[in-house]
Amino acid sequence: MMPRAKLVQQKRDAAAAWLDAHALPEGGVWATKARKAAEARLREMGMPSKRDEYWRYSDPRRLTDAAAQSASVIDTGDAQPLFDQVDRVKLVFVDGAFDAAASDAPELAGVEICQLGDAARSDLHWAQDVYGVLEARGQTPVARPLASLNTAFATAGLLIRVTGQVQRPLALIYRRSSETADALMHHVIRLDAGAELTLLEDGPVAARYNQVTEIDLGDGARLHHIRAQGRDHERVGATHLFARLGAKAQLKSFTLSANGALTRNEAVIWLDGSEGTAHIAGACVGDGAFHHDDTVFVNHAAPRCESRQVYKKVLRHGAVGVFQGKILVDQIAQLTDGYQISQSLLLDEDAQFLAKPELEIYADDVKCSHGSTSGEIDANQFFYLRARGVPKAQARMLLVLAFLAEALDEIEDDTLAADLRDHLEAWLSRRA
Amino acid sequence: MLEINNLHAELEEDSEVKILKGLSLTINPGEVHAIMGPNGSGKSTLSYVLSGRDGYEVTEGGATLDGADLLDMEPEERAAAGLFLAFQYPVEIPGVGNMTFLRTAVNAQRKARGEEELSAGEFLKLVRAKAKELQIDADMLKRPVNVGFSGGEKKRNEILQMAMLEPKMCILDETDSGLDVDAMKLVSDGVNALRDAGRSFLIITHYQRLLNHIKPDVVHIMSDGRIIKTGGPELALEVEENGYTDLLAEAAT
Ligand SMILES: Nc1ncnc2c1ncn2[C@@H]1O[C@H](COP(=O)(O)OP(=O)(O)O)[C@@H](O)[C@H]1O
Ligand SMILES: [Mg+2]
Repeated sequence: MMPRAKLVQQKRDAAAAWLDAHALPEGGVWATKARKAAEARLREMGMPSKRDEYWRYSDPRRLTDAAAQSASVIDTGDAQPLFDQVDRVKLVFVDGAFDAAASDAPELAGVEICQLGDAARSDLHWAQDVYGVLEARGQTPVARPLASLNTAFATAGLLIRVTGQVQRPLALIYRRSSETADALMHHVIRLDAGAELTLLEDGPVAARYNQVTEIDLGDGARLHHIRAQGRDHERVGATHLFARLGAKAQLKSFTLSANGALTRNEAVIWLDGSEGTAHIAGACVGDGAFHHDDTVFVNHAAPRCESRQVYKKVLRHGAVGVFQGKILVDQIAQLTDGYQISQSLLLDEDAQFLAKPELEIYADDVKCSHGSTSGEIDANQFFYLRARGVPKAQARMLLVLAFLAEALDEIEDDTLAADLRDHLEAWLSRRA
Repeated sequence: MLEINNLHAELEEDSEVKILKGLSLTINPGEVHAIMGPNGSGKSTLSYVLSGRDGYEVTEGGATLDGADLLDMEPEERAAAGLFLAFQYPVEIPGVGNMTFLRTAVNAQRKARGEEELSAGEFLKLVRAKAKELQIDADMLKRPVNVGFSGGEKKRNEILQMAMLEPKMCILDETDSGLDVDAMKLVSDGVNALRDAGRSFLIITHYQRLLNHIKPDVVHIMSDGRIIKTGGPELALEVEENGYTDLLAEAAT
């Protein structure tokens, strides 16, 4: 075992090397302040290492290497894009850079949207209360250095402010053209009290990407977030979603991940006001060289809030799934209702699922439960289907979709859920 | 239709456990046969071996359906060839809607036989009509397969599947167990409605009760992996009155 001091030094050296090689982007007063503070955090924390407890199951090296490895761009042929039948406002990014020509006019969305790059040049901006602020808060109880790196260096992303109830979903569409693009993307989403938005994200941002999304929900605000991370094979990505919820605010977030060589999706959620609701769910299907890590931290910091974490993974041919999930209930957070389930379906003996579910509770009157299981296709169910004439591959697919259904059921909008399910079925049948 | 010849089967994982010990049986088109026998005599095992469940090793003998070697086929091929097993314990499948399940099964079999798949509309019409006869309501069709169904609902659901799939050789494994009088009548009516010169039934049951509703042509008594006696419907009545003891003793001598 390496002594702790030595590990810390190595991590800091790695951060220093990275910082030496990159200059902080130029900007106005607020952005420069946020970036410098983030840079200092990164310098202090160091780069993540496989030896960190928090990275025990996932090796961050491909995320921290000096350069991105090349990742071929998948040809989706003439397949219908996700959410295509939904009337939505599309904002398109290619390899992590905004593509105005391919996008709808942002004004159509009926919300205030500006590019991070533009806003960072001004000296004052509303986003200064959120940008890097939630990320900094998310550095305890565990360090998330990749997120600080992102705050310090990202120049792409959107600052979205919603003051009313927005009818049309806002869709962020990520397309790839380069096999080696290395992208940082940082979004800030602020919903004022009572505001409502459906936010869709589709696609992997780049061959390698590091994405931070900071979400600030005022009292009674509701954000419905549905994300699909594409199905490119070799790409690697780390995402952080930091969200704070005011009283009676609602966050529903669902992520679908297929393929991808390495994905680390972190979510950090603070229920700051009473009677808030946070539902966060994920479904992933992995085959072969696939490593997918969901790391979730939900902090009940106010009474009478409800949180749910529902994660399902289907793995085969050596694919690895990781779930680290924690519910922290502060002493003040009486009458908390917390639920967490993480399950994997292992389609063969090479697949692997590693789970670390945790509860830390300081209030005495709460209802919290968690569970983690990993299993295979149920032989009785499989035989029952086949005895009714359903061929093997189709029977397996039905059972896989049935297994994922509990996570997909977390999506409130039936049309969007059905669309995701249909795409998933098409992807799975291609590889049956 | 179904010909079983000197069938021997043991557990795959433990060859010491021999379950079927030379079972022979011939069912002609249009006939209804019943198999009765004490618990543990191998009735369910026979139904599983015929339908292709893993876990059993056939060591001797065989079975054919219309001349085709059943044991050589995958379970789904047997189903497409016209074999149907109504399970003693129907399986619950959370996350798969009953309707989706039925449609997938019907169309998979049609496809395997080179027939046109049913359109969503045709299927819906058909399933509604058949469900109505079995008093299966829309809610039961929408719910996941067998999840939260009562014992009787599960059995009715098996008969619905049979009615939709229109198999030619139907094996019913203790479909009467756990049914009250009304459900028994529904199930029997469902079975009788399917009786046809081209369709045969093998009805596994413990009690004579069901055979009052579904009149068998032939009754077999099974014990310890073999048929020990074959007769007409009167054999079932004999079992009802005297139990198996005398029959078993008679066979032993
Ligand atoms: N999978 C199995 N594992 C262990 N024993 C089995 C298995 N299947 C059947 N048997 C044994 O074989 C015998 C016959 O069982 P079964 O076919 O269920 O009889 P029946 O349906 O006539 O009651 C019983 O002794 C039972 O315990
Ligand atoms: Mg039995």
